[in-house]
Amino acid sequence: MPKGSFRGGVHPPENKERTAALRTVVARRPSQVVVLLHQGSNCPLTPTVARGDHVRMGQKIADTEAKWGVPSHSPVSGKVASIGLVRTAFGAQDQAIFIEPDGEDVLDESCVPVDNVFSQPPEKLIEIIREAGIVGMGGAEFPTHIKLSLPPKVEVDTLLLNGAECEPYLTADHRLMVERPRDIVRGAQILMRAISVMRTRIGIEDNKPDAINAMRDAEVSAAGVEVVPVKTRYPQGSEKHLIKSVLGREVPPGRLPFSVGVVVSNVGTAAAVSDRFDRGLPLIERVVTVTGSAVATPMNLIAKIGTPASELIEACGGFVGEPGKIIFGGPMMGMAVPSADVPTGKGTSGILVMSQEESVAFKEMPCIKCGQCVDACPMRLEPAFLHQWSGAGLWDEAEAYHAMDCIECGVCTYVCPSRRNLVQAIKRAKFEISARRRAARERGGK
Amino acid sequence: MANTKLQVAPAPHIRSGASTPVIMRDVVIALLPAAISGVYFFGLRAAVSIVCSVAAAVGAEYIFEKIANKPVTIGDWSAAVTGLLIAMVLPPHVPLWIPIIAGVFAIGVVKLLFGGLGHNVFNPALAGRAFATAAWPALATAGYIWPASAEGALWAARGFDAMSTATPLTLWKMGDIGGAAMTKFYGPLFMGNIAGSLGETSALALLIGALYLLWREHISLRIPVTYVVTVAVITGLYGQDPLFHVLSGGLILGAFFMATDYVTSPMNPKGQVIFGIGCGILTALIRMFGGYPEGVCYSILIMNSAVPLIDRLTRPKRFGEVTDRA
Repeated sequence: MPKGSFRGGVHPPENKERTAALRTVVARRPSQVVVLLHQGSNCPLTPTVARGDHVRMGQKIADTEAKWGVPSHSPVSGKVASIGLVRTAFGAQDQAIFIEPDGEDVLDESCVPVDNVFSQPPEKLIEIIREAGIVGMGGAEFPTHIKLSLPPKVEVDTLLLNGAECEPYLTADHRLMVERPRDIVRGAQILMRAISVMRTRIGIEDNKPDAINAMRDAEVSAAGVEVVPVKTRYPQGSEKHLIKSVLGREVPPGRLPFSVGVVVSNVGTAAAVSDRFDRGLPLIERVVTVTGSAVATPMNLIAKIGTPASELIEACGGFVGEPGKIIFGGPMMGMAVPSADVPTGKGTSGILVMSQEESVAFKEMPCIKCGQCVDACPMRLEPAFLHQWSGAGLWDEAEAYHAMDCIECGVCTYVCPSRRNLVQAIKRAKFEISARRRAARERGGK
Repeated sequence: MANTKLQVAPAPHIRSGASTPVIMRDVVIALLPAAISGVYFFGLRAAVSIVCSVAAAVGAEYIFEKIANKPVTIGDWSAAVTGLLIAMVLPPHVPLWIPIIAGVFAIGVVKLLFGGLGHNVFNPALAGRAFATAAWPALATAGYIWPASAEGALWAARGFDAMSTATPLTLWKMGDIGGAAMTKFYGPLFMGNIAGSLGETSALALLIGALYLLWREHISLRIPVTYVVTVAVITGLYGQDPLFHVLSGGLILGAFFMATDYVTSPMNPKGQVIFGIGCGILTALIRMFGGYPEGVCYSILIMNSAVPLIDRLTRPKRFGEVTDRA
């Protein structure tokens, strides 16, 4: 297998051409921002402000004692209009802080750059990153400080920055790499210090030559940092597959990247780290690609986190015709949201609006055992069998066929000629297996 | 912004090209050159046989599903594939009721009783043919004719009696032909103007269809190539003419269009290679040491029954199971 790739995967139509060359534009100030109290990891946050309070931009407005949680900050200055329920991307109702901007964008006094970054101890850097509310910005919203807090006796040698952006349509990371390569490299240097490694590799799919060149220009000045172009192949941006492509290492089943000496972070996350240390800003805005055939003028917007999708779509000239689906993220793993009012989160890299014609409701046909899912599965599983076990409730079989290894990339469902909902069936099996493992632990525990 | 009615569905939100009905339709398209060549060499009677066979298979699926109150699935083209294949693996002048009964049996018993498309263990068309030849051995193997244009080759090979209804494999089995004269058959076997089942005689037409399926990425070479090469190697080792064995009988048709049937072949690449080799060994053994002159049909059916076992024994190594730290 050539370096820069992995076995399996697919190459769906990229559909990035409408936004790939568009400079990011600061979205106009939203009429309201909605900061979710339940971001990323499963820790609910407690508001530190009350209804009617005046908040400044960058001020901490919610936090948690839980180790896995990170605080949230007000993306604008303004008034806390209410704290209540909002419909989230998942379709459920969740607690959120509603803020009405005052149009001043007065920065909170806590937002000051960090001096002498490289003389700070790593623990201090990790603490600052947590306090800035930084999570993985590739979509999963995994708290960055947890990733950086390596267990004792774990030896890592490489920081791997993920600039693959393998999802079709999305160009947020692409633009960031073209426009802010130095900030990304600066963020990488801070992250290297936080985990005490001397080298960084930046994996970028070879369909973004301008990003590769820009990052290479920026990397020259930084010791140990090197850009590695990788093959354009979905799911190249999967942590495990990017490690395989760039470093030739395979993370064993059930293990995390540090088990092969790597910490992986998104390029957007690295830029957010630089924002915090050099500009004093916590994570309150991000690049969002608003695109799709049902959007008038697709754009790459720098948007306040918590902006309702409808406001960003309006900034792009609104809908063309009747929209069929609004997807948070890309078409392979993104979530179709129930309403245009759903606010963006820290991991929302794109808003994809599909037309009604594109929003086909696929009807499952019988499995003809063609094996295409087996050929395409980047984890080398057998999705056809997993669907069979899951459908019949045979969770032991599903576990024996390694359901838990599934990374939910959706490649199996994408290639299935019988349009079977393979990845959904596997997700279901994973859910059941986890529940049973938990129950067994509780029974066996005490 | 007016909240229009949005569709909510799980990811992925896009799908790749060919759907199952399109794949099945492509198989029909790929079989057409060989079917047309059969009509060309054996006359319009062959066309009547094809029409009856396809109508029987598709009609049986429609009627049985109506009776069982199940959704009618003839739109997925798989019954049409079965009907077409049944006509193609029977003699061109077979009594018409034979492909009709074979088609009804293939769809009703071999496919629908097992749960319909995707659930059948055996290739329906081959099982239909096996059923017909077992039930009416004399009738189902009668009706082989030599196209008028091919009689010269037969004369050259045997030197007597051009009026025969025996296929080259039968003649070889009976010891009527052999030795260096076998090379005389290469041309007719490749073009198709020779006695045989309706759709199996023209290697050229079959390979054109196979190329189409390869180009459309519906089949891979794993099963067909291992199957054909295995037959050639074994017959060659036993001092037979390998090329004669590859080109004669139903090997090309079986290897590219029946052994590659998704439902009844293994899912994993390694399993597909094992399956192809197994088919090849059985075909060569039946031809050389069995009671029948031809073994493609039974070889594939026997290997069909081993598919669940092969799938179980050839499970892929998952990502990360072999760790290599560079």
